[in-house]
Amino acid sequence: MPAVRDTGTLSPATLVAAARRAFVKLSPRSMAANPVMFVAWLGALVTGLEALRAASRGDDGQGFAFAVTLVLWATVWFANLAEALAEARGRAQADALRAARQDVRARRLASSERDAQVTEVNGTALRKGDFVLVEAGDTIPADGEVVEGVASVDESAVTGESAPVIRESGGDRSAVTGGTRVLSDWLVVRVTADPGEAFLDRMISMVEGAARRRTPNEVALTIVLAGFSFVFVLVCATLRPSASWFGVQVDVVTLVALLVCLIPTTIGALLSAIGIAGMMRLGLENVLATSGRAVEAAGDVDVLLLDKTGTITLGNRRATELVPAPAVDALRLAEAAQLASLADETPEGRSIVVLTKRAHGLRGRTLRDEDARFVPFSAETRMSGVDVRGRKLRKGSCDAVAAFLERHGGRLDAAVRDASDAIASSGGTPLVVAEAGGDGARALGVVHLKDVVKGGIRERFAELRRMGIKTVMITGDNPRTAAAIAAEAGVDDFLAEATPEAKLALIREYQARGHLVAMTGDGTNDAPALAQADVAVAMQSGTQAAKEAGNMVDLDSDPTKLIDVVGVGKQMLMTRGALTTFSIANDVAKYFAIVPAIFAVALPQLAPLDVMHLHSPRSAILSAVVFNALVIPALVPVAMKGVRYRPGGADELLRRNLLVYGLGGLVAPFVGIKLLDVLIAGLGVA
Amino acid sequence: MSWTIPTLMFLACAAASVPLGHWLAWSVDDASSGVRARLDRALRLVGGERALRPRDWRGYALSLLAFHAVLFTCAALVLTCQSHLPLDPDGKADMGADLAFHTAISFATNTNLQHYSGEVALSYLSQLVVVMGSQFLSAAAGLAVLAALCRGLAGRDSCGSFLRDTVRVALVVLLPLAFALALVLLACGVPMTLDGAAAATTLEGVSSTIARGPVAAVVAIKQLGTNGGGFFGANAAHPFENPGFASNLVENAAILLLPMAAVWMFGRMVASRRQAAVVFAVMSLLTLSLVGAAAVTEHAPAAALEGLPVASAPNLEGKELRFGSAAAPVWAVSTTATSNGSVDAMHDSLNPLTGLAPLAGMWLNVAFGGVGVGFVNVFLFVIVAVFVAGMMVGRTPEYLGKKVEAREMKLASLGLLCHPLLVLGGTALFAATAFGRDSVLEHGAHGFTEIVYEMSSAAANNGSGFEGLLDDTPAWNIVTGLVMLFGRFVPIVLPLAVSGWLAAKPRVAASAGTFRTDGAMFGVILAAVVIAVGALSFLPLAVLGPVAEHLAPR
Repeated sequence: MPAVRDTGTLSPATLVAAARRAFVKLSPRSMAANPVMFVAWLGALVTGLEALRAASRGDDGQGFAFAVTLVLWATVWFANLAEALAEARGRAQADALRAARQDVRARRLASSERDAQVTEVNGTALRKGDFVLVEAGDTIPADGEVVEGVASVDESAVTGESAPVIRESGGDRSAVTGGTRVLSDWLVVRVTADPGEAFLDRMISMVEGAARRRTPNEVALTIVLAGFSFVFVLVCATLRPSASWFGVQVDVVTLVALLVCLIPTTIGALLSAIGIAGMMRLGLENVLATSGRAVEAAGDVDVLLLDKTGTITLGNRRATELVPAPAVDALRLAEAAQLASLADETPEGRSIVVLTKRAHGLRGRTLRDEDARFVPFSAETRMSGVDVRGRKLRKGSCDAVAAFLERHGGRLDAAVRDASDAIASSGGTPLVVAEAGGDGARALGVVHLKDVVKGGIRERFAELRRMGIKTVMITGDNPRTAAAIAAEAGVDDFLAEATPEAKLALIREYQARGHLVAMTGDGTNDAPALAQADVAVAMQSGTQAAKEAGNMVDLDSDPTKLIDVVGVGKQMLMTRGALTTFSIANDVAKYFAIVPAIFAVALPQLAPLDVMHLHSPRSAILSAVVFNALVIPALVPVAMKGVRYRPGGADELLRRNLLVYGLGGLVAPFVGIKLLDVLIAGLGVA
Repeated sequence: MSWTIPTLMFLACAAASVPLGHWLAWSVDDASSGVRARLDRALRLVGGERALRPRDWRGYALSLLAFHAVLFTCAALVLTCQSHLPLDPDGKADMGADLAFHTAISFATNTNLQHYSGEVALSYLSQLVVVMGSQFLSAAAGLAVLAALCRGLAGRDSCGSFLRDTVRVALVVLLPLAFALALVLLACGVPMTLDGAAAATTLEGVSSTIARGPVAAVVAIKQLGTNGGGFFGANAAHPFENPGFASNLVENAAILLLPMAAVWMFGRMVASRRQAAVVFAVMSLLTLSLVGAAAVTEHAPAAALEGLPVASAPNLEGKELRFGSAAAPVWAVSTTATSNGSVDAMHDSLNPLTGLAPLAGMWLNVAFGGVGVGFVNVFLFVIVAVFVAGMMVGRTPEYLGKKVEAREMKLASLGLLCHPLLVLGGTALFAATAFGRDSVLEHGAHGFTEIVYEMSSAAANNGSGFEGLLDDTPAWNIVTGLVMLFGRFVPIVLPLAVSGWLAAKPRVAASAGTFRTDGAMFGVILAAVVIAVGALSFLPLAVLGPVAEHLAPR
């Protein structure tokens, strides 16, 4: 699927639509979901009434009251706008998804016969019970059951195993998985599951924000913010009777202005935008989450289960060494291996050509020059090779080659078998190269195929370790091979000869010890483990069962994504914490602006508290509410992009965020309010 | 002013509080041997197996409330019937209903706000049963609550048995400690007798009645258990409660000792001395900052005397000079930062800004707070600090390996709301109505401070008075009575519930990505949260009261 990245900017039309939605959201029903902004909303209502009353009496305070009212409504509207903008971006992403999901092509058959009439359809158009024809090179469009044919299938995307497997009708090798690729021969498959449809739709509605439910941490934070708001309601409500001790009648408009400044409107306004933007940032990584809860859990993950193949090692093995048979010249082996691989388009085959070229200076030749006939890999012979001028060159597994040699009157050398075994036990895959021609049949030597650890992955794991995340490599390899690769990649632990049951047991064991486990998976047999894991990213190429069991789907089917997913989860939580801190830290300056203003007349001795030396009580109050309102749109980009996140330990992250958002939140409003005051006084508004 | 002795006193208390905290933890430990086994047997004999049965947080809270209801009833009965009861050599009258209501709540809630003068209004039986008895029991109950909280935080299945904890703390720790302190006070010259008031003829030939009584016993537990209910109306400024420099020093140390030890008790019970050390450091920092601020502001001469030849620096108004000049600010902060409430100088006479220090101590109410309950209070701040800061490290918040979620935050928020609600609401009520106008002698900012102080003292279960109020009115008695009641039990029951819920959660493994609550960083954040919540809630009161008075034109 193509990447869904084109959502970074918003068109003017989207902006206008969001602005309009922000007005619609002013209805009390939609406001009530957000206690902080609801208080601000009520405050705007009260000052509005107060302004009308003042106007009807012809009070000199009416202009001020109207100004405050206007700013308070703007505050609430800005909050709605932030949410509407986040939703608009989500919707844009969802549209891109809808367009993107239609591009798996399938050849639907009218009946289960191979030569039945073929119709080219979209993968998504397939329904349970349809028959499809899949030939070499095709991707199997959906989960299904083989009804005819036998073929080798590359299921590495699902199982993590790079060696092709045989799929044939009948027996326990008849199930095929959507997203896997047929390497040779053909199959007729009966579709057993409706593809992606319902699942993807659910995802799209999540991205759009329509089905968004507040995540547990968001609910908890809302409660804390409501608590803070209530304290400030209390402070402001008791200020009027308390001040009556001094014979001061505190103006209602001023009290409401103080209240709205003190309640944490900044985080209150941006909270839901942060949540939607978190889902969206995952979307930018081409990962779709089925719930916000999963994104939040991703921040908490401290154990990553990573499949070896495709995540830690390159998806396919590479030839690293040629071991000639006794009395065979290394060059001869290299030449034979190269010839046998020239037409072999598999990554392994190509890597053999590359190795012979590099190690022995053999130029790649085209088969046409040699009058050669290419013998592709087939599920029956389990070998591939070439016939050149009467010579049959073959490469394949030890057993397959031994059978080939016997057919041609030869015999597999014991030394070759030993070499092959040695490679197998060191964690590699041996590929025996043999020749059968005029002078008999014999094995020439063994090609050593090896897993190659991805570049930079070691550093990535070190980084995860610093973040407190443990990496566990999952592989079907034997423990010795696994240990060798684990050491090379720098993972903390590994699970060798992994079966789905062992995986599930491992996850349960970690969870029992209080860890949160993330994993990726795509095969049906991963489903139980995916369902058990706290964060489970299913590959889009994986089976339906895997996708249903997981709580995220990676459209790129790139298991390395897990690491980015964790980053997005952490960033979302950090953004919430940072903006909460900022919001509360802001209050100090607002107190210093408003409290002396309230008592400027009755208790003139409080003037020294006006540390900002604001122009007049009214301009002080107006500056504070205007600052409070403007902070919201100013921080929308932070809410959308998330606070800057560099992987690091807890203390490091905390120190940086406290410095920027705590100390910054303390200082910024002093500067901002003073500037606004100068502006307001200059304009002669108050 | 010499700061050597107060500094040494603070250090000595801090040092002694560690083993004392371990002693407290030992006293409530499930293990039962020696004296603890004998107490368990005695309790089983009296209350049956039920008395020892461990309960969940609900059961524990219910036992606690029932126990205090009994305590309240007994105290109220004794006070209203004291003239008919023994040990009344001076023939004291029965106490009126509203004052008895107030006094009984006051002592049951470990507040010991006194709207009467002990030597005038109480018989010796009332002094010994109501004043001394409940000072033992309410302090022990506070420490029992802390034990229950810690059991929850340590992830135990149950909170334990309230009765067992209370009895063990009272008899294994408080009683011997109070006995030892009483002996020291006797040596300093504090009287201890059941004889009635002495009659004396002065040198001028005037006959005078000198009130006395079982003072040493009452004063010892009064200082140890953050009680503060004095034998005499003048409290620790009275020469029989606090004869001189030495007794003042010992009593001031006794004020700090158990609240400090409670923190180490927590550390012991959750098996993390580092966690306790961070909280201890934050509390010490807050207390010492307040002491420092009070000392600086009190160094200025009293405003009324400014420019006159009698003006003296430091301000000597309302002070007992036999305690030394540094004593008043140190004691004023010690007694309010720890919810004790005994006074050795008139807080009404402190310079206006100095008066802010004891007020701030009561507003924060966590440094070190009441015995046991001080830590229970700070626990709510810890939860909020963990919640906000925890998110900033990119994880959903957790404390001691337990996830802090919506349910816990709901109760923590309510718990933190309670204190400002009581102080701000009570102040507004008295500032705006005849309740306050008719009973406060001063007008303007000073009068306002008097109202704020009384409400803060009641809500923080402190019990000290700013004075200057005609506080024995039905309005003050009933309203502050209710404020004390809610101020005591809401911040006990809610944290207990939170810890009970946390206990039931699975433990999350710690990693390098976990927000650590046992380092300096957390200390800074905790202090910031405590100060921020306190400042944001109470700043208007501070401005209208002490600050306005300080800045008032002269």
